Amino acid sequence: MLDFIQQLVSGIALGCVYGLIALGFVLIYKATEVVNFAQGDLMMLGGFFVFTFIGLVGLDYWLGFLFAVCAMAVFGMATERVLIRPILGYPQFSIVMATIGLGYFLRSVAGMIWGTDDLKIETPFSTGVLKLGDLVIAHDKLSVIVATVILCAVLYAFFNYTRMGTAMRATSENMLAAYYMGIPVKRVVSLIWAISAAVAATAGVLLAPITFIHSNVGLALGLKAFPAAVLGGFGSIPGAVIGGLIIGVIETLAGFYLPQGWKDVAPYVVLLIVLLVRPHGLFGPSMRKKV
Amino acid sequence: MRFVFKTDYDQDIRLLKHSGYWWSYGALLAVLIAFPYLVGSYLQSQIVFVFIYAIVGVALIILTGFTGQASLGHAAFLAIGAYTAGFLQSQGISFIVYFPAAAIITGAVGAMVGFPALRLSGIYLVIATIAFAFIVEEILARWESVTHGNEGMRVRTIDFLGQPIPRDGDAFYFLCLLVLAGSILLALNLLRSPTGRAFIAIRDSETAAKSMGIDLAGYKVKSFAISAALTGMAGVLFAHKMSFISPEMFTLLLSIEFIMVIIIGGAFGVHGAVLGAIFIVMVDPFLTALKDDVPVLGASLATTLGMAPDAAGKLRDTMSAIGSAAGLKGAIYGLIIMMFILFEPYGLYGRWLKVKLFFQLFPLYKKATFKRQKTYVKSERNR
Repeated sequence: MLDFIQQLVSGIALGCVYGLIALGFVLIYKATEVVNFAQGDLMMLGGFFVFTFIGLVGLDYWLGFLFAVCAMAVFGMATERVLIRPILGYPQFSIVMATIGLGYFLRSVAGMIWGTDDLKIETPFSTGVLKLGDLVIAHDKLSVIVATVILCAVLYAFFNYTRMGTAMRATSENMLAAYYMGIPVKRVVSLIWAISAAVAATAGVLLAPITFIHSNVGLALGLKAFPAAVLGGFGSIPGAVIGGLIIGVIETLAGFYLPQGWKDVAPYVVLLIVLLVRPHGLFGPSMRKKV
Repeated sequence: MRFVFKTDYDQDIRLLKHSGYWWSYGALLAVLIAFPYLVGSYLQSQIVFVFIYAIVGVALIILTGFTGQASLGHAAFLAIGAYTAGFLQSQGISFIVYFPAAAIITGAVGAMVGFPALRLSGIYLVIATIAFAFIVEEILARWESVTHGNEGMRVRTIDFLGQPIPRDGDAFYFLCLLVLAGSILLALNLLRSPTGRAFIAIRDSETAAKSMGIDLAGYKVKSFAISAALTGMAGVLFAHKMSFISPEMFTLLLSIEFIMVIIIGGAFGVHGAVLGAIFIVMVDPFLTALKDDVPVLGASLATTLGMAPDAAGKLRDTMSAIGSAAGLKGAIYGLIIMMFILFEPYGLYGRWLKVKLFFQLFPLYKKATFKRQKTYVKSERNR
């Protein structure tokens, strides 16, 4: 039984990792109906930024964290301006492909700049564990769980209770109508890319002690976080985190109890089954257009 | 500019619309037939890969370009075709049996994938096909009695009714050419038939198509099955060309490469598949050549411009260091995808049509002809 609970807890920690990245997917989708396949690579870039600020420049951890998040927000805005804005409104699949191309590009450029070795930074969370009776949770994983919960709550409140959040929801519903209503659509889209890249950078920094920093970490995690976002229903912020938790727990339990090989496939099998039953994910809206 | 005077309704759907088609495609065919006798074995083998990629491209154009269903799982269909061929061949079954068998099995699997696709659209469909591809990859790695797992599998030379077709020979080239020509004809004929028209109607508006009495479910499954079957045939050729297959050859990256074929070529016409395949296959040798030649060229250019010899030598070394940096290929792939989507959304075939129209209308060509109408994002969530 203790084994099970321990596995469950590490599954939840892993799930929060996926959820944190999935949040970035969902944010951009929620505001602009764009699916950003490069989200994992933005996270990877955030990790490299924090390595540069802390490991190379020698800044304090929290200052480096702040700088990395700000730098990524600017980077996100620049990406939106150069790559996304000209093709906004064209078929969704071509935007998906453009972000896949962006992912390719970021991965190899990061590999060229920072090399292909695993990089490590010292963080306040690198060592130390929290003991709850017989349960053991490492601090680095705990930091991810806490950050995911906080970010999820903040972003949920932002989308549902602020003017800007309402403007973003309106933009995704119908861009032209939103523009007519006086919503600064371009600024909204820029802002959401900045927020999403900042969330990705946060994920990258918090994951740095767990996964280390290398150029392919984004692809691997992004490919798990994406099903998480889909599972939760792509437009829902709590859905992203819950989807991440489901994927993380299933993956961990399957790795522990099922024969070898199931670990990587089980999340996808569950995803396919869920999509068969609920085509818009667990928390996605299932409205149909009436003619 | 040629005006075709129409005297018959059938003229609208004729494959060869006027005599010019005979000349141009006849010439192309003649060149392709003469090709193995003109070029070296390396280039010939590259062209065989162009054919195989083009077959997959045609399959994807039927699914994505005509029916509007996105797929990032075509590497899995290719794998199923390849492994079917490898397994059946090792059981001593003849090529003329397992070639169609691979197509049928892959087509059946494609139809199975098509069923979940009925309820999914857009991004949900993309992730479902990715999930399917991952599951297939894992099955290939685990089902060791059939696939030999991660060790991979040797595929012997094709035995065509007792006649061996070695993978580097001219016969293999013609076999691939034949299959490609067949699949192109199939796609073109499909477009002329009610089935193809239904596909296009589904792509343009599912709601409208449904209102016109088109059975969405049936046609979507059909589209998936046809596309998968063609990819399965390409898989057989791919297996024989590589002569060795293993699960890690059929990853998501290969699926992305296939999508690149139709994005670069242009997804709205069959020409796009061939042009895109040429581009994707030839980008590799081109980059290699670039890596070797550009630093030397750059250095000699710098010397003639009056640079000191040792500075020019340093320049050459820096340039070749950049050229041989690990991962340069990925960066260039990424750039190519982004550039095409931003600046050439109709792909190479679109560019060809633009150039052609420019000369046909010579002084009267206006850029606005191909300008895409700006659309505004509307939620696809409640469609």
